[in-house]
Amino acid sequence: MARVDLWWLPRALILGLLAFIIFGPLTNLVLWTVAEKWYFPHMLPLEYGFSFWQRVFAPRGNAMGSLLTSITIAILTVIASLALAIPAGYALSRLKLPFRGLILLAFLIPQAFPNLPVYVNIARFFYQIGLNGTIAGVVMVHVTHGLVYAVWIATAAFSAVDTDLEEAARSIGAGPFRAFRDVTLPLAAPGLMASAIFVFLESLDEFTGTYFVGAPDVTTLPLLLYTAGSGGNYQIASITALLLLVPSIGFMLVVERFLRADVLSKVGH
Amino acid sequence: MQKRLIAIALVLPALIMIVLFFIVPLFASVVGAFDVGGVLGLGNFTKSFELYSGDMIFTVVIVTVSTALIGLLSIAIGGYLTLGENPRAVAILRWLYRWPMFIPFIVVGQVMRTFLAKNGLMNNILVSLGLLTPLQTIGFLDWRGIVIAFVWKQTPFVTLLVAGAMASLDRSTIEAARNLGASRLRILIEIVLPQIATTLMVGLILSFVTMMSVLSVPLMINAQSPTMLTADIAFRINAHGDYGVANALGLISLILTAGAALIYLRHSVKERS
Repeated sequence: MARVDLWWLPRALILGLLAFIIFGPLTNLVLWTVAEKWYFPHMLPLEYGFSFWQRVFAPRGNAMGSLLTSITIAILTVIASLALAIPAGYALSRLKLPFRGLILLAFLIPQAFPNLPVYVNIARFFYQIGLNGTIAGVVMVHVTHGLVYAVWIATAAFSAVDTDLEEAARSIGAGPFRAFRDVTLPLAAPGLMASAIFVFLESLDEFTGTYFVGAPDVTTLPLLLYTAGSGGNYQIASITALLLLVPSIGFMLVVERFLRADVLSKVGH
Repeated sequence: MQKRLIAIALVLPALIMIVLFFIVPLFASVVGAFDVGGVLGLGNFTKSFELYSGDMIFTVVIVTVSTALIGLLSIAIGGYLTLGENPRAVAILRWLYRWPMFIPFIVVGQVMRTFLAKNGLMNNILVSLGLLTPLQTIGFLDWRGIVIAFVWKQTPFVTLLVAGAMASLDRSTIEAARNLGASRLRILIEIVLPQIATTLMVGLILSFVTMMSVLSVPLMINAQSPTMLTADIAFRINAHGDYGVANALGLISLILTAGAALIYLRHSVKERS
């Protein structure tokens, strides 16, 4: 006869409480996106419907425009970051570099200092050279912030590739560039993919830099969410928040597939 | 020699990006803090302390309380993941804890604003359960809202680091202590915690810095006074175009962050010696 484990009582209580703390606010967000009518003290919305979704996705609605701007900026940020990070990561993992540790640390600086004063001064500088309120300006800010992920993960991805394979390609007559393109790059691809996703999400979710450098001409989804929220339009704000939430949670669920343990253990080394 | 030059050339573009768009503006902000109408002076700081000394204390208290709570929760969750003896409960906890990790701050702000409000879902549930009457409900959209939002969002990140460090510890000392009859709480505090202290410290400092520079959460949850320095900086720029005071407030938050890191470092050095 199976013995009843009395410890499940406190365990279930604590795990249940934790589940409520984590999923309660998220459920609330989803409810707001389909609430047509909801006021105090009713626990749940009085009427459900998708009329706000129609409004958000209407051709005239500004959400579609913001979504497009956000995705354009994020894709450009990924391309620019990888173009900078792949050569840098290769050099940091394979070639002899003076001050290698210091160079790796330098990419961490944008994450290690409060960056609001920096954004304020970039905005001022961009304003003088006409980059304020342009997509190019916002992309530059996002690239600077995302480079730490791009460079660190790219370095780790290249370090995890066996040097023997590259040397074998060289010994049968491939040039250094060919050996890199045909052997090392494909083998490092999953790690580079992970760094691309990281940079994409960082750019998609970034608020503060865009708020100073992009607004009011460049409206990304986070800025739309902020404006809708401060205007008291909780349905539009919640729908925008949900649009931002889906890729983030999707990534959390698959991150381990891209970022294998052998790459992860080399991050920052 | 040539190889070395190639290596430097490959790293240089990325480094220039960091210097141009982060380090130069950072210096500009430090210099700008002392720029009072074209002359060097401390005017921006006197004005900052006159107007915002309350907010400075408010910011430090909120971020410190949040960091402490994040530390406690991540040790508790990481500890259970490492020492928990029921595989099913450990698996559920491992699945559960990381959900908020990648959720952007701006979404956290919106989610918490609707959840914690006086007429938000949390109070609605408590009223429906009969735990509160509608008249007793209070909103949490003040310093408590900010702390809740920060802890909710940052705990998974620190826990991930802490749990990872705990998982790679040598199990033999833990097993030995367990065989000698030590309780799991004692093992956590006396054996596990000292070995992962560095990882915990790195995670907490990174969280501290992140929370010091988040603008969206204070703007969305509690924009009225007292509020956090980030909201004040944005207000100085947007409402007054006052870069001097904004830069002074930025430098003050930089010093507060460095101070927190220093205090912790000195404390941990003392404990080790």
